[in-house]
Amino acid sequence: MSTNTTAEQDYFIPEPSRWPAVGVAGLFFTVLGFALWMNGVGFGPYSTMIGGAILIYLLFGWFGDVIDESLTNKYNSGVDRSFRQGMFWFITSEVFFFITFFACLYYFRNISLPSLGGEGHLATSNILWEGFKYSWPVVNLPDVTNYTQIIEPMGPGGIPAYNTIILLTSGVTLTWAHWGLKKESQSQLVIGLAMTVALGLFFIALQAYEYFHAYTELGLTLNSGIYGSTFYMLTGFHGFHVTLGTVMLIVILIRSAKGHFSEENHFAFEGVAWYWHFVDVVWLGLYVFVYWL
Amino acid sequence: MNAVIHETDHHHDHKPTGYKRWLYSTNHKDIGTMYLVFALVMLFIGGAMAMLIRAELYMPGLQIVNPDLYNNLVTDHALIMIFGMVMPAAAGMANWMIPMMIGAPDMALPRMNNMSFWLLPAAAILLLSSLLVQFIPGTGVPVNTGWTIYPPLSVQVGMGMDLLIFSVHLLGISSIMASINIVTTILNMRAPGMTMMKMPLFVWSWFFTGLLLIIVMPVLAGGVTMLLFDRHFGTSFFDAAGGGDPILFQHLFWFFGHPEVYVLLLPSIGVLGLVIPTFSRKPLFGYKPLVYFMGFLFALGLVVWAHHQYTVGMSLAVTTYFMIGTILISIPIGLMIFNFIFTMWRGSITFETPMLFAIAIILMFSFAGVTGVMLAVVPADLQYHDTYFVVAHFHYALIPGAVFGLYAGVFYWLPKWTGHMYDEKLGKIFFWWTTLSFNLTFFPQHFSGLAGMPRRIVDYNIQYIEFNQVSSIGAFAFGLSHLLFLYIIIQTVRGGKEAGAKPWEGAQIGTPGLEWSLPSPPPFHSYTTPPEVK
Repeated sequence: MSTNTTAEQDYFIPEPSRWPAVGVAGLFFTVLGFALWMNGVGFGPYSTMIGGAILIYLLFGWFGDVIDESLTNKYNSGVDRSFRQGMFWFITSEVFFFITFFACLYYFRNISLPSLGGEGHLATSNILWEGFKYSWPVVNLPDVTNYTQIIEPMGPGGIPAYNTIILLTSGVTLTWAHWGLKKESQSQLVIGLAMTVALGLFFIALQAYEYFHAYTELGLTLNSGIYGSTFYMLTGFHGFHVTLGTVMLIVILIRSAKGHFSEENHFAFEGVAWYWHFVDVVWLGLYVFVYWL
Repeated sequence: MNAVIHETDHHHDHKPTGYKRWLYSTNHKDIGTMYLVFALVMLFIGGAMAMLIRAELYMPGLQIVNPDLYNNLVTDHALIMIFGMVMPAAAGMANWMIPMMIGAPDMALPRMNNMSFWLLPAAAILLLSSLLVQFIPGTGVPVNTGWTIYPPLSVQVGMGMDLLIFSVHLLGISSIMASINIVTTILNMRAPGMTMMKMPLFVWSWFFTGLLLIIVMPVLAGGVTMLLFDRHFGTSFFDAAGGGDPILFQHLFWFFGHPEVYVLLLPSIGVLGLVIPTFSRKPLFGYKPLVYFMGFLFALGLVVWAHHQYTVGMSLAVTTYFMIGTILISIPIGLMIFNFIFTMWRGSITFETPMLFAIAIILMFSFAGVTGVMLAVVPADLQYHDTYFVVAHFHYALIPGAVFGLYAGVFYWLPKWTGHMYDEKLGKIFFWWTTLSFNLTFFPQHFSGLAGMPRRIVDYNIQYIEFNQVSSIGAFAFGLSHLLFLYIIIQTVRGGKEAGAKPWEGAQIGTPGLEWSLPSPPPFHSYTTPPEVK
């Protein structure tokens, strides 16, 4: 083993760092603020803002440190593998987060609502709400007292279809950028990433418009029963992930423009690319199960 | 301090000092220590809640706490013991031991390791404020739901629930980060020659634990997020009037909650896999099968969750499936227990404190397995559901199954961590004291449960009074025994007989034993160059 160079042999163990503690403080004030805010405590919004500001400071600080360490060649192949595996397991946990919501949708549509509508021997509708007929999307709710009625459900055409094309195209441009990185073509890398970012932003804008349209014209809100609940939970968390992914892509775009990545050393690029493909795949699931079927 | 002075300019060979050593730590041993100390503090807080519960139940009628506060204490006792005590203690042992066992310089992602620890005190503050917020007027009903936080009740209670939900979010983030770190460390940081099938069983147990947490924690996070939206943003996930279903939350909760039992249990099985060969002076019987059984347990544990909800009205086909799946679990568990017994067979056994705990686990956890099979059978469970029989069952599963395993681990590794031997006589007193008082506490609850005493109710029928008084007396003795535990730990940390690198004669039998090749206490950075495993 002694023939190896020190840099390759030694696994990089960082010095004590303030960033994890800063991150904990940021998360703590953010969620504490949410809890207070939701209960109408005046300090809540300020706590969330403080927490959010700390988190932004954290992202600059922590990632700044990591970028410095990467650029000064402190990471050997072992560290690189750890990052890759860590990212893999993180995306795995995210996959299960989304599986949860898809499973809920499945459960409502195939188990609980048919049962509420009178199907099967366990049907409860005759006791609770006589005459409730199940059909998806649920426009007529069992009991509308606490909820609002949908005027019209969301269809698969129009904006969702455009969004599908946009996200699929962004996957292509990102891969094209990756090819550029592999053949060390800086311009192809930057142009590919810039196109991906633009498509991501376009997607977010369309999604925001779609929400506006749903709220103002379709009467489709968080408060419009189970269809609205599942619709916004699934598309909302996806949209949140797309937003995060776009921010990550912007960072990677800036770093690419600065020439941070080389053919061998570009974990950050790949990690973000994996994440982007992951939100892409989730969208396909959404398009099929939320908008289409 | 015999830390080797080494290498490149970015490494300092000295320990960081002051609060920065702990708050900013990137050292697996320091973070492990913090996890263990945190778990110990939480053990006393959660234990104090248990004492209050048992004091209230000493007599029928209302004595000390009002019903809502009682139920809130039950809720927080469970959450603190699970998320604040057992999981951090097991994670602390993982932090301390896994890098030393597999010959790694540290955890794979040291800064994230620090963050997963420090999220715990933040989450604990939120959890305790969810208990305390009820004393502020205008914050609504306390969290009187039990740790399962089932809607619709959990949608209706006051502000404490929101704090609890966000506490669960932080705990989830912490667990996922710790698990990612541990799994990555195990897969990527092994010394040359340390193949997966040479790893000590404890490392394997944490590998599966980590995978379980990565899979199930996001599901809990999703479930409580939906709860939060139902509470504040008008959604109807768990309200049938809007087309939702309260039962769905139970499915989500137990998809997390049942594997969580194995999260608590597996690290203890890993400890057993080291303690029993050590004190039997024989290699582990059937190491590879044990690994496979744990894998089997991991897979099976993910698909049997609904046996916690037989009474909610699932169809016959579904309950039958969950019943068969649940009973199947007794196969890998039973095989593991036989493996441990065969390890002891014809060994040269000595009965130091860790070994006493190990044997107690085998006996008493098997008992929980037997009541578990009873509860798995649907028609029987319909009688036992939500009675003290269930309480007795899961305390037999979790105290011997998880907590005693941690005690065994603490006594087994204290000499390695501190460099001093603990007082064996006091250790044995502690063992007998806890074991007897534990059984005194929970054994009678089988009977009161079978007689029909319901869980989570502050008052009870006068016919259960003897069982409850025995239970309460046992509980006070059990609680008190932990003061001795604390004393033993403090005494060992402060001094005692030198432990030497390998305090247990049989410690290395059947494992590569890298952790025993280091001095006790080990240097701040264990390995500067990876050791080679033959």
